Amino acid sequence: MSDQALLAGNRRFALKAMLAAGGAAAFDIEFAAAQGKRAATAASKLTAYVQINADNSVTITSKNPEIGQGVKAMLPMLIAEELDVAWSAVRVEQAVADQAKFGEQFAGGSMSTPMNWMPMLQAGATARAMIVTAAAKQWAAPVAELSTANGEVIHAASGRRAPYAALAQAAAKEPVPAVETLKLKDPAKFSIIGRPVPGPDTPAIVAGKPLFGIDTQLPGMVHAALLTAPVRGAVLRSHDASKALALPGVRKVVVLRQLGEEDGPVDGLAIIADSWWTANEARKSLSVQWDNQGREKHSDASFAAAAKAAFAGKPAAAVHAAGDTSAALTGAAKVVKAQYGYPFIAHATLEPQNCTALFKDGKLEIWAPSQMPDEGLKLVAKTLGLATSAITINLTRIGGGFGRRLQNDYMVFAAAIARDMPGTPVKLIYDREEDFKLDFFRAGGFHQFEAGLDAAGKMVAFRDHLVTFGAGGKPGRGAELPADLFPANVLANADLGMTVLESNIPLGWLRAPASNTLAFSTQGFLDEVASATGKTLPVLLLELLGDARVIMAPKIPGVPDYFQPPPFNTGRAAGVVREAMKIAQWGDNPAKGRGFGFYFSHLGYFAVVADCTTGADGMIRVSKIWVAGDIGSTVINPLNAEQQIRGSMIDGMGHVISGLKVPITGGQVQVATRRPALANRRCLLRLQRLQTPSAA
Amino acid sequence: MKTVLKVNGQSREVDVPADKPLLWVLREDLGYVGPKFGCGQGLCGACTVLMDGQAIRACLTTLDTVGTAAITTIEGVAATPVGEKVSAAWIDLDVPQCGYCQAGQIMSAVALLETNPTPKDDEIDAAMAGNLCRCGTYHRIRDAIVKASGRKAAGGANV
Repeated sequence: MSDQALLAGNRRFALKAMLAAGGAAAFDIEFAAAQGKRAATAASKLTAYVQINADNSVTITSKNPEIGQGVKAMLPMLIAEELDVAWSAVRVEQAVADQAKFGEQFAGGSMSTPMNWMPMLQAGATARAMIVTAAAKQWAAPVAELSTANGEVIHAASGRRAPYAALAQAAAKEPVPAVETLKLKDPAKFSIIGRPVPGPDTPAIVAGKPLFGIDTQLPGMVHAALLTAPVRGAVLRSHDASKALALPGVRKVVVLRQLGEEDGPVDGLAIIADSWWTANEARKSLSVQWDNQGREKHSDASFAAAAKAAFAGKPAAAVHAAGDTSAALTGAAKVVKAQYGYPFIAHATLEPQNCTALFKDGKLEIWAPSQMPDEGLKLVAKTLGLATSAITINLTRIGGGFGRRLQNDYMVFAAAIARDMPGTPVKLIYDREEDFKLDFFRAGGFHQFEAGLDAAGKMVAFRDHLVTFGAGGKPGRGAELPADLFPANVLANADLGMTVLESNIPLGWLRAPASNTLAFSTQGFLDEVASATGKTLPVLLLELLGDARVIMAPKIPGVPDYFQPPPFNTGRAAGVVREAMKIAQWGDNPAKGRGFGFYFSHLGYFAVVADCTTGADGMIRVSKIWVAGDIGSTVINPLNAEQQIRGSMIDGMGHVISGLKVPITGGQVQVATRRPALANRRCLLRLQRLQTPSAA
Repeated sequence: MKTVLKVNGQSREVDVPADKPLLWVLREDLGYVGPKFGCGQGLCGACTVLMDGQAIRACLTTLDTVGTAAITTIEGVAATPVGEKVSAAWIDLDVPQCGYCQAGQIMSAVALLETNPTPKDDEIDAAMAGNLCRCGTYHRIRDAIVKASGRKAAGGANV
């Protein structure tokens, strides 16, 4: 079986698994039930996703949170394709958080399009089938003789045609067809999927309309600012808020005890005022004593010392062991060793964390920029002792996610404050400094690599000891060492092990979790290995990848199937390596300052060539980057794919130059006036080609 | 402090502390939520508005320093000829990703084109250096400014 087929199989299985994980009901049943819920007031609302308007425009509901990844165009594009309407006739509406109705709603793990590809096509086809059935009844014509195009039903035999709007009321009374009966389009006939589609919110963004969580305005709303301890996890011992409370406009100070995510709860004070600026300024008038409880002992220096000690011994836990790596290294003609380290970094979303909440008559309504709202809903319910049915979450547009908003601490804080002020809506905004302090950071870490080369310069052994962060010997979010790490997965002798350090710095997933450090570290080391044998990195990569084959990754226990590591196809990996070499004209003797990198992450194979120069000022300038990618599926929206590639290259450079680094001393994230210094904008990335995959 | 502000061609009275930053006056007291709060320290540019045509950081500009100056926010910028061109170019090239920084980017772009109608690439980079985009939309920002200036783009979208 090809890995394409395996992936397709995985995807189908994943769909069932995710739906099973979301509740007792299987998805197709839930889906049908959702489709059947029609609002009596809007007769043209056919399903949970599709509403036909009187002017024959179509309102399509977008189920997942939009963080700038373009999902608000992509998922509705899938529906519109099978509904058979022109994209110009589509209006997009954001769904509320309601997993019973929409299935899983999260922006993470690069899962939105793989998980929703088929369900969204089916959602479009469902509404189309209902319209066609209604037309067949009205015209007394067999369904098989009817076709659709551009928002119209056509009966070629009789020459009859009608816009969807004319049939919508009748269609809404039709039963929802069973998923198995739906006939989907031949992909060769796609007219929306694969075409450049601008973001549905772009005109509103350009006009400065209120779209984001921070823009939420409610009548009678008050504003909340937060003060938490400099040392993460410190306990609030005592405070005096009398000066703050005496300031004009300040209404209240609420004590927040151990609130936040379950593994990173913090104490804090919320200042409530008529204006957020007043509330935030009033923090300066608070007198607070914190109990650090020994957490100030953690620092970058203590981490580096612990890593050094760990590297002198064996890893605390084995992750992967193949062959006899020790013997292979001992017998090697040459051994290359290197250590790599990388810092903790912050997500630094440009929109600070915020959330608006209203607690009224025992019900809680929330407006949240959250990437994983259902987890937030459960966390709020648990923390506040409310029934989940008493909580409604409205999804706002999100001013940057990068994984930060997979955590819902702001939702818990806002809900706790709102419950303290029944009937009054409260908007909580983190000050930039609090936003840095309260991040869930991309873990720092340290690698100790060894590679053994035989007399012919062939790499025959690989060892990696990762010193990472977590608790109880288990790595934290995004801090793991995967057992199928390349090149361990292609070598006969390979040894992966890790040692997990504990600290008070909570960890979170950041864009391409784990991969974002592993790619840099392993590819950097392999580049050194290649240099030691007089080769360039892509030549070594092609040697290591060898013949085209599919390597299955070991299953990770306790992880849902859709988050299990996908199989690794060495042929597709070699394909992108060769493609990058070709488009950048790599040649036998690449110019000085030209670099190469390859990685497989989240179903995508990518290879990159970068041309760099060092100026007289010591600054590294990246003059050009070539990217070759194979995502194993259709590019739904090339306009967005281009943005994601360019953005990820710039983000990656931001990581490498440590622009988002948060130094840690005395158990504190050093945040004072930190500018999220991003990559130099003079870097010009010209996307050379966005390769669609060759057949496996 | 009772103050009459000129915002997007309209006179608006507010009664708030003299040291309240213009950003929060606009967002909280006048309902212009287009200018965004990013850092509160004048470092990210998300709050950029025009004061008598000049791009300023509204998060650091206190109310008492505004006086009778004309303030233009993203909500009103498309009413000016340059603002209209810039907004149209932004939509044509689909510049935003998350979109949070874009109001500030557009205001800085308008201020640039008002003083330098045909900026070169390095002049664009220099003028826009104070506006961060965490998603990395810099290429399309530059392309949109070039487009709004009427100059033919050298690079640009090539998918």
